[in-house]
Amino acid sequence: MTVSTPALAIDGVSHSYGARRALDGVSFAVQPASFAVLLGLNGAGKSTLFSLVTRLYGTQRGRIAVFEHDVVHAPGEALRLIGVVFQARTLDLDLSIMQNLTYHAALHGIGSREAQARARQLLERIALSDRAGDKVRNLSGGQMRRVEIARALLHRPRLLVLDEPTVGLDITSRADILGHVRRLVAEEGVGVLWATHLIDEAADTDQVIVLHQGRVLGDGPAAKLVADTGAATLREAFTILTGGPAAAGEAA
Amino acid sequence: MNSVVASAERPVAQRAAPRGFTPRQYAICLKGIVWRESLRFLHQRERFISALVRPLVWLFIFAAGFRQVLGMSIIPPYDTYILYSEYIVPGLIAMIQLFNGMQSSLSMVYDREMGNMRTLLVSPLPRWYLLCCKLLAGTAVSLLQVYVFLVVAWFWEIEPPPMGYLAVLPALVLSGLMLGALGMLISSAVKQLENFAGVMNFVIFPMFFASSALYPIWRVREGSPELAYVCEWNPFTHAVELIRFALYGQFNWLSLAVVAGCTIAFMAGAIYAYDPARGFLARRGEGGGAT
Repeated sequence: MTVSTPALAIDGVSHSYGARRALDGVSFAVQPASFAVLLGLNGAGKSTLFSLVTRLYGTQRGRIAVFEHDVVHAPGEALRLIGVVFQARTLDLDLSIMQNLTYHAALHGIGSREAQARARQLLERIALSDRAGDKVRNLSGGQMRRVEIARALLHRPRLLVLDEPTVGLDITSRADILGHVRRLVAEEGVGVLWATHLIDEAADTDQVIVLHQGRVLGDGPAAKLVADTGAATLREAFTILTGGPAAAGEAA
Repeated sequence: MNSVVASAERPVAQRAAPRGFTPRQYAICLKGIVWRESLRFLHQRERFISALVRPLVWLFIFAAGFRQVLGMSIIPPYDTYILYSEYIVPGLIAMIQLFNGMQSSLSMVYDREMGNMRTLLVSPLPRWYLLCCKLLAGTAVSLLQVYVFLVVAWFWEIEPPPMGYLAVLPALVLSGLMLGALGMLISSAVKQLENFAGVMNFVIFPMFFASSALYPIWRVREGSPELAYVCEWNPFTHAVELIRFALYGQFNWLSLAVVAGCTIAFMAGAIYAYDPARGFLARRGEGGGAT
């Protein structure tokens, strides 16, 4: 891993909803051209962190910077470098794939001719070129996700953040999407923050950040976390770190 | 519009605005948002039809029934005796815009719950600008509805002077902005979709009935001076009067001032409420993943 300007630097971030503390002194960094997995159960604070990174909420305490652009002081510069895939589906179901993509491009100040050229390229990569004119409503869940990832890449961000992108997808679609994003890291040098509660989505060489009840309990290459905790697998390491059986499936 | 933008900038001024965008990019963004809202509106055929049927029901049925009950005297801007159906047309136009404003507000709450709103809010352009674009887009959609209504009304022998159709345009833009901004302000305060029905009852009905939309205020005063007083203070009355005067090629300065002032106030409030640092946005970040 090269030591350069981190794609994403999170430094001492805390966030509360009234009395409930969702994040408590969270710090970590994601390097360019690396795949970082933010691992945590539902309710660990992953989505809150995403909302702070994408400036849906104001940062209460701490600092978040995207390639050294502070999201509070230079939100425009920070946001134009981020591509986001939210957990909830955020495509317009009644518009076509192309219309969804050009709308997003317009929000980034990209004109429609340029947007269509870029969109066609991206759609080719996710094998949906021939469906550009189809309404999003007619796509499968996995296809929608792929379109959302394509959309997040339209403005050529250098950091891609994805919040539980594989939730609700079948095994094949999950593998597809994971593979697609890993290729982006390898081929385009995009920094990726991939939030999930599915432990098997992390590879041994990935940076893994374990988030539990709003705190970072572990941060490092997956293999190192496993070795440091004396566990045999990442799942075990996760259980040891969070101090209990990984009882996934609780809706937040 | 400039005045809205200028005053609206203040609440978010604490962030050092990056100068990273060209005017062309701002224009592309505006065009994209207006285009998307229009497209969505045209796709929702039921919404288009109900937006048109609602005022027509009032015009065809209510006005016809009330024609004999309510006598009209000659009041400005009219220079002759008019039929009741002609009197309520400006009120119905404003009603179209009121419903449209609330509808886009409703869709903002819906978008926020479903996550679509995030697409808009993660745009790198300044948030006040995005909200202004959204407001302009909603207003553009309301103009479309109003002109279709006016065409149908023309066949019903509601025939304002031809120049009125043009003169009313700036008035419609302004009243559309005011009612849209009000909707946006309300949407920022409504936490969940379920609460919206109540808001509709508490906003739409009082605003519409306690105004000069259905009856001239002098008639109201005969029945209840207090209610007439409320009507005079109701911004919706001024939207109606602005439209009424403009439709007959006249200016109503008081209404113009009230509508412009309210637009700025509502919009500033909405921008303040949608400022991330205020945290008025839906609180449960994790609530989006019901899938």
